[in-house]
Amino acid sequence: MLAYIVRRLAFGFATVLGVLGVLFVLFFAVADPDEMAIRAIGERASPETYTAWKRNHGYDKPLIINTEHDWTSIDRYTDTLLIEHYERMLSFRFGRSDSDDTPIWTRIREGAGPSLSLTLPLFVIGLLVAVALSLAVAFFRSTYIDRSVLVICMLGMSVASLIYIIGGQYLIGKLLRWFPISGFDTDPSVIARFLAIPILIGVLAEFGGTVRLYRTVFLEEVNRDYVRTARAKGCGEIRVMIHHVLRNALLPIITNVVLAIPFLFIGSILFESFFGIPGLGALTVEAINGNDFSTLRTIVYIGALLYILGQILTDICYSLADPRVRLGGGAGG
Amino acid sequence: MSTPILNVENLTVTFPARGARAPVVDAISLSVAQGEVLALVGESGCGKSMTALAILRLIAKPGRIEPESRIVFEDRDVLGLKVTQMRALRGAGIAMIFQEPMASLNPVQTVGDQVIEALRLHERVGRAAARDRAAAIFERVGIPDPRGRLDAYPHQLSGGLKQRVMIAMMLVVQPRLLIADEPTTALDVTVQAQILALLRELQDELDMSILLITHDFGVVNELSDRVAVMYGGRIAEEGTRAEVLGAPRHPYTQGLLRSIPSLAHRGGELEEITGTVPSLGTWPAGCRFATRCPKVFEPCNEQVPQTVGVSETHNAACHDVARNQPS
Amino acid sequence: MSWIGNAIVAVLLVAGVYVWWRARRNRLWREAMAALARRRRFALIILGIYVVIGMLDAVSWVGGDGVQGVAASEARSVIDRIFKPSVFREKSYSAPFASAEFVGGAALTFPGRHVLGTDLLGDDVLYKTLKGVKVALLIGGLTCLVLIPLALLFGVSAGYFGGRIDDVVFFVMSTLASIPNLLLLIALIMALGKGTLQVCFALGITGWVGLSRLTRAETLKLRELEYVQAARALGVSHFTIVLRHILPNLAHLVIITFALLFTGLVLSETILAYLGIGLDGSWGRMIDQARNELSRDPIIWWNIAAASTALFILVLCVNLIADALRDILDPRTLRERT
Repeated sequence: MLAYIVRRLAFGFATVLGVLGVLFVLFFAVADPDEMAIRAIGERASPETYTAWKRNHGYDKPLIINTEHDWTSIDRYTDTLLIEHYERMLSFRFGRSDSDDTPIWTRIREGAGPSLSLTLPLFVIGLLVAVALSLAVAFFRSTYIDRSVLVICMLGMSVASLIYIIGGQYLIGKLLRWFPISGFDTDPSVIARFLAIPILIGVLAEFGGTVRLYRTVFLEEVNRDYVRTARAKGCGEIRVMIHHVLRNALLPIITNVVLAIPFLFIGSILFESFFGIPGLGALTVEAINGNDFSTLRTIVYIGALLYILGQILTDICYSLADPRVRLGGGAGG
Repeated sequence: MSTPILNVENLTVTFPARGARAPVVDAISLSVAQGEVLALVGESGCGKSMTALAILRLIAKPGRIEPESRIVFEDRDVLGLKVTQMRALRGAGIAMIFQEPMASLNPVQTVGDQVIEALRLHERVGRAAARDRAAAIFERVGIPDPRGRLDAYPHQLSGGLKQRVMIAMMLVVQPRLLIADEPTTALDVTVQAQILALLRELQDELDMSILLITHDFGVVNELSDRVAVMYGGRIAEEGTRAEVLGAPRHPYTQGLLRSIPSLAHRGGELEEITGTVPSLGTWPAGCRFATRCPKVFEPCNEQVPQTVGVSETHNAACHDVARNQPS
Repeated sequence: MSWIGNAIVAVLLVAGVYVWWRARRNRLWREAMAALARRRRFALIILGIYVVIGMLDAVSWVGGDGVQGVAASEARSVIDRIFKPSVFREKSYSAPFASAEFVGGAALTFPGRHVLGTDLLGDDVLYKTLKGVKVALLIGGLTCLVLIPLALLFGVSAGYFGGRIDDVVFFVMSTLASIPNLLLLIALIMALGKGTLQVCFALGITGWVGLSRLTRAETLKLRELEYVQAARALGVSHFTIVLRHILPNLAHLVIITFALLFTGLVLSETILAYLGIGLDGSWGRMIDQARNELSRDPIIWWNIAAASTALFILVLCVNLIADALRDILDPRTLRERT
């Protein structure tokens, strides 16, 4: 078990290095530091100001090989943007934003909270609703219920999330006027009112996909032989569903759940900008609009880091939850 | 003769096929006496497993037990029982063991827990006492280190052990009728013999009746008192073991027994029954076996053969047997 | 550059006929196609209509009637010629079938002609919606056309040859897959630019990993099948084995993934459009530009309704077909042949 975890972590680390490589190519090799400097401080500054800006933001070194050092010194290869990029990212020194000079890490820390306050309840509620409905479909196993749920899922999956938001905002905010259309407040007594619509719409938007997924999982389990054995023992349907089907179906469900955790931190780009929630998603949009490469770079890196972490966690959780993996094989047949 | 413990009359199970409902089990009748082993033999697809599932009312949609069927267990009308009564009957009055023990055991539950669950579904037993009973039945079915094995998971056990667990689980409440659906098919030959011996011992000890479903005549010979041969959802022949295995009258049974390779006929050709089993919904009218029967003649293709008594205990459903029978 | 569109349409038609002809000769594919036609007749017809509209908009040529407002050298498609957008433009908004302007009530230049109304610039909404068909098909189809061979190449090589190649490909796949899709997409577009080709390329890169994984897993299984080992024992070259035994058995996977990817790509483009990096003339653009119209009083709904409905119907049809295909192409039924 321990060996497995170590191996998993090592591979995860290698992947992180790979991701940083991809990011380097995308953000440094393709983007031009001079242009970025001009975009940030305008066109009429002095050359020294540009150089200073580039130095402050870490764009003043050559990409891969620094010809200022001669070829006997190792600095030729290490005093470069490439190595600096790796160094800073791995040590979490993210520097400042390209567009407005604010420390990136601070912005990220501040944005994580609001993002979570939306994504976490949305995720939990969505999960409970989907699991409950799929269990019901598996329990009844009648063609009417199954077919109607499938139709609803199919229709739901075919609507773009953008439409859900726009339509939802219009319906609930304008027509029914139940809750404010957008906005955010950290005051706990008020926060629920602002989050109500996005959570409602979010659950609706992903309803089709998740119910379909879990329905497949549950239906597969319900048709297995050991379920037949349980009934032959005298188990009632409800007990069969909960003690046998659910416990086995938990394995793929865990995979989905743990994998989704990293994304809870990243926040939803669409939802946050539409509903005025100052989370990491909104930060991303800001970075896009302001051509703020350093912030964007950092966000993508953190996203990847969290996702890799999530994958490792998922593998470990799965190994713990499934006795077949945890305890290894036994004798053959 | 005492009343049979199980009496099945006119059992018909249908499935949808090509638009209509086709009978997988077609109006069969059989009975199992107290303490006897009845073997239900046939090729795959002949409906024997469906018969077993029907007795426990485990036929899943879209299959359906037709209303003219009648199943009586110990004087109770099984098909008329309420759901809660049926659940009480399953596992306690009638128990069933299945073919593939790996797939038939819950992979995320210890085998001990699965046996305990079976026990506590039917009897009020405390947890500690249930564990004792589970360990006891494990020992009885021949599982080494019974108490230790209670905490094992199915995948950690060999095929033979898994099947013993299955038997333990179903017998812990001492049912009166055990339905065994191909209990040894998925096992190695040596293990097969052990399981069959175990079943025979338990049957003796508990005075249990067994409905043994199999396609293997070796198993039939080892364990059964009476034999019923099924083809195409109908009973082709029925009789004591000696009668059916020794002097079969139905051409299908004869064909089956002839096609078993035997040391006595070394070097000869392997016999076979020509043709294949037609798929569901494409049965011919008249005798189901007509298309493959070496003794086929005019009535076979049009009329369903009636069951003809060959002796007091032996009968066959065949026109040829009927015409050769002194009336 | 009108010849590109014409060329693509021609190639597609020829390729389509060829594939159809080859498939009909194989009994299993023939049965599969018949089953699909039986179960999803309606969806197939609607999808067909979309494809025809897309083609009508892709085929374009220069010249023709001298229409005011159009440069003599500008190529116009069939749809352009039918709707004559530069001629039938209004000043601004108008409701469907209206005869008066929405704001102000002045009489329209072409009353009653605009079936779905006009947008902010006075362009006919039906015209814009139909133009969007080609863009949508482009996003889904073109991207997949590039992505699928790439994914197959990597996936099959990794699965078939194993060893070092597998390690490298697997590592690359994991790395790309570790970056959340939308973020990777944004990063790629920011780096490469916002043109049509770049967007499709970026969409392709974010999509190929999933298919690659699937083909790799499936190839691993296929490689161990007896007839493949027999072929190897007989000395058949790797290339032939892959072509004859592996690829045909991946066909069902590819088709289903294609359908699913298609819908995913088209839906993602709406998000990109919202972020300002969508494709010109797409429904996503229409929706993005129209999103504030619902909050106007009185409400302007036809713009966004037309684009969303067109998008919804396309995605729904493809989803339905993909679902039916998944049942029909279940490998358990297809494997009969081998």
